[in-house]
Amino acid sequence: MDKDAYSSRKLASDQNKDILLSMEDISVSFYTHRGIVKAVRNLNLQIKKGETLALVGESGCGKSVTAHTINQLVPMPPGKIESGKVIFEGRNLLDLDDKEIASLRGDRISMIFQEPMTSLNPVFRIGDQIADVFMAHHDIKKDEAMEKTVKLLELVKIPAPERRIKDYPHQLSGGMRQRAMIAMALASPEPGLLIADEPTTALDVTIQAQILRLINELKQDINMSVLLITHDMGVVAETADKVIVMYAGRKMEEADVYSLFENPSHPYTQGLLNSLPSNKKYTNATRLEAIKGTIPDLLTIGNECPFENRCPHAMTVCRESFPDKTELADGHSVWCYFVDGKGKE
Amino acid sequence: MNTEIKENTNKQSIEKNSLFKEALFQLKGNKSAIIGFIIIVGFILMAVLAPWLTPFEPNSQEISIRKTAPFVSSHILGTDDLGRDLLTRIIYGSRVSLIIGTISVGISLTFGILIGLISGYYGGWVDRIVMRFIDIMLAIPYVLLTIVIVALLGPSLVNAMIAIGVSQIPQYARVVRASVLAERENDYITAERSLGASNSELMFKSILPNSIAPIFVQATLGVGNAILSSAALSFLGLGAQPPTSEWGLMIASSREFVTSAWWIVTFPGVAVLLTVLGFNLLADGLRDVLDPRMKD
Amino acid sequence: MEKLLEVKNLKTYFTLKSDRIGSRPEVVKAVNDLSFDVNKGEILGIVGESGCGKSTLGKTILKLNHKTEGEILFKGSEIFDLNDKDLKDLRRKMQMVFQDPFSSLNPRKKVGSLLAQPMQIHKLGTKEEIDAKIDEIMKEVGINPVYKGRFPHQFSGGQRQRIGIARALMLNPEFIICDEAVSALDVSIQAQVLNLLLDLHDKYKFTYIFIAHDLAVVEFISTRILVMYLGKIVETAEKKELVGNHFHPYTKALFDAFPATDPKGRDERATVLMGDVPSPINPPSGCYFHPRCPRAMDKCKLEYPPLKEVSPGHKVACWLHE
Repeated sequence: MDKDAYSSRKLASDQNKDILLSMEDISVSFYTHRGIVKAVRNLNLQIKKGETLALVGESGCGKSVTAHTINQLVPMPPGKIESGKVIFEGRNLLDLDDKEIASLRGDRISMIFQEPMTSLNPVFRIGDQIADVFMAHHDIKKDEAMEKTVKLLELVKIPAPERRIKDYPHQLSGGMRQRAMIAMALASPEPGLLIADEPTTALDVTIQAQILRLINELKQDINMSVLLITHDMGVVAETADKVIVMYAGRKMEEADVYSLFENPSHPYTQGLLNSLPSNKKYTNATRLEAIKGTIPDLLTIGNECPFENRCPHAMTVCRESFPDKTELADGHSVWCYFVDGKGKE
Repeated sequence: MNTEIKENTNKQSIEKNSLFKEALFQLKGNKSAIIGFIIIVGFILMAVLAPWLTPFEPNSQEISIRKTAPFVSSHILGTDDLGRDLLTRIIYGSRVSLIIGTISVGISLTFGILIGLISGYYGGWVDRIVMRFIDIMLAIPYVLLTIVIVALLGPSLVNAMIAIGVSQIPQYARVVRASVLAERENDYITAERSLGASNSELMFKSILPNSIAPIFVQATLGVGNAILSSAALSFLGLGAQPPTSEWGLMIASSREFVTSAWWIVTFPGVAVLLTVLGFNLLADGLRDVLDPRMKD
Repeated sequence: MEKLLEVKNLKTYFTLKSDRIGSRPEVVKAVNDLSFDVNKGEILGIVGESGCGKSTLGKTILKLNHKTEGEILFKGSEIFDLNDKDLKDLRRKMQMVFQDPFSSLNPRKKVGSLLAQPMQIHKLGTKEEIDAKIDEIMKEVGINPVYKGRFPHQFSGGQRQRIGIARALMLNPEFIICDEAVSALDVSIQAQVLNLLLDLHDKYKFTYIFIAHDLAVVEFISTRILVMYLGKIVETAEKKELVGNHFHPYTKALFDAFPATDPKGRDERATVLMGDVPSPINPPSGCYFHPRCPRAMDKCKLEYPPLKEVSPGHKVACWLHE
């Protein structure tokens, strides 16, 4: 772990200027009546300006908790941030008080969710909700805010925005609501980081394709960084620049998107890609190469590699401790004894 | 396949508890529920063990010791205007209250569940007719409705129970119907229907057990409510008739002594208050525990 | 090939209640004049986006919904004409696996009694026979029979879905409708369950209708695919034909929209389909797809195209194919 922390710090000092957000050694636990759930364990990550980082993994891997730690949406209690720092533009967000965090939310750090209906206020018109965000961050009058809102809705490609601003959230389709949420995220003066938590999971595929394309275009146009939380490797392949594969609260593999798909190295990453029926290798296959077993109970998991019980290459050492980082290539790292060869003797 | 079975079911540390047991477990951590539970258990014990708890008879009058003050003689809570031991009458009164609570809630439960279940399950015109009728019943003030029913049947304890039970049916029917409507939409009902289960099997074996939680809360509240109502009816002379030791009746018949012998009015009142409080506390606790929205 | 199920001109409409006095009730044409056959032993995949009527279709075939018009013949007899006893017998042969493994199992029943229920409903077997069958089926779906005494909430999503499949198997059915049976599962678990369904298909020669919104899953598991849009069939063909040679612009859009599992060349991908899925209450005139169709012609706005056979087994409803 030390080595890992050291190298990330070194990396940070080299390219400090480009880095928008860095999380250092973050651990988050939940204290439930059944015991302590270690949801995120010693996680490090960096997001550069204008970059899309995807956190990918299945349910319970800690990807959403990681994102919620950034703008402090983890419910406390039962949640508790055990250790670590979240450095955003030189400040540790975990040291800020409620007021400071609230002013950061929706201003420099915005978030869009899986189900936009639950994050839009059902009793206010779309236009008013977005205009309110404008007025909160700029010193402008309502008329001007409305004009800007219409322009913004145009930017996120909502047809006939002059009429749409008068609609209530339930009058919009799922895709349109997600667009409105994105517009709201862009209403701040200088959008820095957009956290997109499963933004397309509730949408149909043709609509998903539209939203992913929109996020990609906006990112390029306004140099925004995106933290994309998803379970869908296809979505990762379409949008991410960098990828972190998570499993049971741990980082398993980290790479840029091209080398991850070209050379998936962790047995879990491989298994995840092999589980996809759309994988090209299955053109004439009759069965999928599935990962056996299920995710372990986070309550009982100790220091072992959490994937050990499902891994085809599991060794004794995997049961004893979690491996250190192995760097395979520039920016491509993996945490696995099988890959680093240490457990083989 | 066998190794896969092992992989699939190993490594899970799930306790072998049913939902109900889990609810009981959580109830242990709920202070108000525990206080309520203790009061209710005390109340039930008092009713069951009445003859062994007191050396006196509830109806034996002794004019010579009438209106004895509390805490001075062997009559701990004093005596009433006819020289009857007040504590004994309160203890025996708990029997009456317990019976009223159970029977009237039993009546409301039976019919409320039937009506709510049928109306919610079948929907359509059945539902519309039943619910309009229920709406009409709900539009009549509860006390007025009870009084009308007692007036029709004649004042007696049994009729008071029936009146309280009947006038509460709409509340139960509504609660049952609401949870049936929610439960009916679940896939497991469709699944069991696709297996060939009949309507009555679906209604009573699948939907009812799953909608029981809110009914349980309502019934617990209902017992307290029924005790209160019966006291009110007896107070008005429409419920228990003298010389029954019924708390409401005891309060009513000693109104005139409020200033001269405060204990004759006060202690039965405290008994009513404590019992109703006990049921309300338990019901609140149950609601917290059984409400799925409260779970993580 | 033996036809197991024939659907002819099936329509299922729902009338939406309107609270406004004097307003005309709105009609949702969830299933709008569908005809297709299901052959014995095949896996027919039905794919489409939300609101296309695929789930309603599945439920109507099992008589879990009403039908408005048309015929559903199972082995030649109309299921909506059966009396209660015959319908109950038929239910033994047709089973369903549901999407949500959380809501499709009765939370108050232990796994043992959940699995015993189908045989109890049909009064089959003694207690011992039912018990033996439960053990056998639980092993078959990969759940250790020692967990019979547990409640559904004590299992993970994937295991619950296995229990749902086990329940469908208890009556030795011939025909199983899987309605989004793997959509709620994590990817790695989804792969396990797909393999399990295929194992069972090989072993028992079941006929499946596999309903899903996920084209990749449907493409993998099916032998034949039917693409739906707003209650209508737009294209149907054997899997290989449909994958290699799809014709309808909507089918093409579905294939294009599906995210590839390879980031290479993602910036040069085909244009995405614009617009929203229209509401089935008020579908567009003519071909329902024309407002979103990149190749729409004048005729498409006026008249709905018939479903025409373009090669053996391959049918398309599109004016481009005239």
